[in-house]
Amino acid sequence: MLHLINKSPFERNALDSCLRMAKSGSAILLIEDGVYAALAKAAHAEKIIRRMGDCSFYVLGPDVAARGLSDAPLIEGIDVIDYEGFVDMVAEHDATQSWL
Amino acid sequence: MNEFDESAPTVVKRFMYVNRRAPYGTIYALECLEVVLVAAAFDQDVSVVFLDDGVCQLKKNQDTTGIGMKNFSKTYGALDDYDVEKIYVEKESLAARGLTADDLVIPVEVLAADDLREVMAQQDVVISF
Repeated sequence: MLHLINKSPFERNALDSCLRMAKSGSAILLIEDGVYAALAKAAHAEKIIRRMGDCSFYVLGPDVAARGLSDAPLIEGIDVIDYEGFVDMVAEHDATQSWL
Repeated sequence: MNEFDESAPTVVKRFMYVNRRAPYGTIYALECLEVVLVAAAFDQDVSVVFLDDGVCQLKKNQDTTGIGMKNFSKTYGALDDYDVEKIYVEKESLAARGLTADDLVIPVEVLAADDLREVMAQQDVVISF
């Protein structure tokens, strides 16, 4: 399953709910305001780091750059992908869940 | 007295605009900035506050070429030209996101919640985005 998070973890609980429901082996892609969850020095980093072992995490590069976070440290192990990579991920997974 | 008499005393109210949303994900940030710039023309006592995800609006190095939206972070620099000089950022919100005042596009006054609360309490009108 590919999980999409597009809400800031500071404002909504979409990330929390996703991490609670995501099975081992899930791919979790942070897009739009969801990219704030990838900040290494932010309060929510620990939640993602705890699931690094059994889930894979991705963040959409253009959304990171738009928010001025290209120079900010992101959580180690999160892969930065572009729109083509986003399309590939959707095609590779048999199902996608958007945590609106 | 003529109602347009310029010598008549003007009522100046304290207006505070509170930004609590990140840029781009929703339209709130841009709308607030536009409202503040319009309101600044009315010679009122204007202050702008950034807290919660609102602090992210001021992050340096925003580059929106990849998402096809207008990068309005440079426009915050115009606040000073419009004599909007009271710009407050909540210290706790910056810290929760691993940011400092050095990460921001304009000089601001960083206030702890204890102090920001006092400034907020002095306002006549508070408009929240």
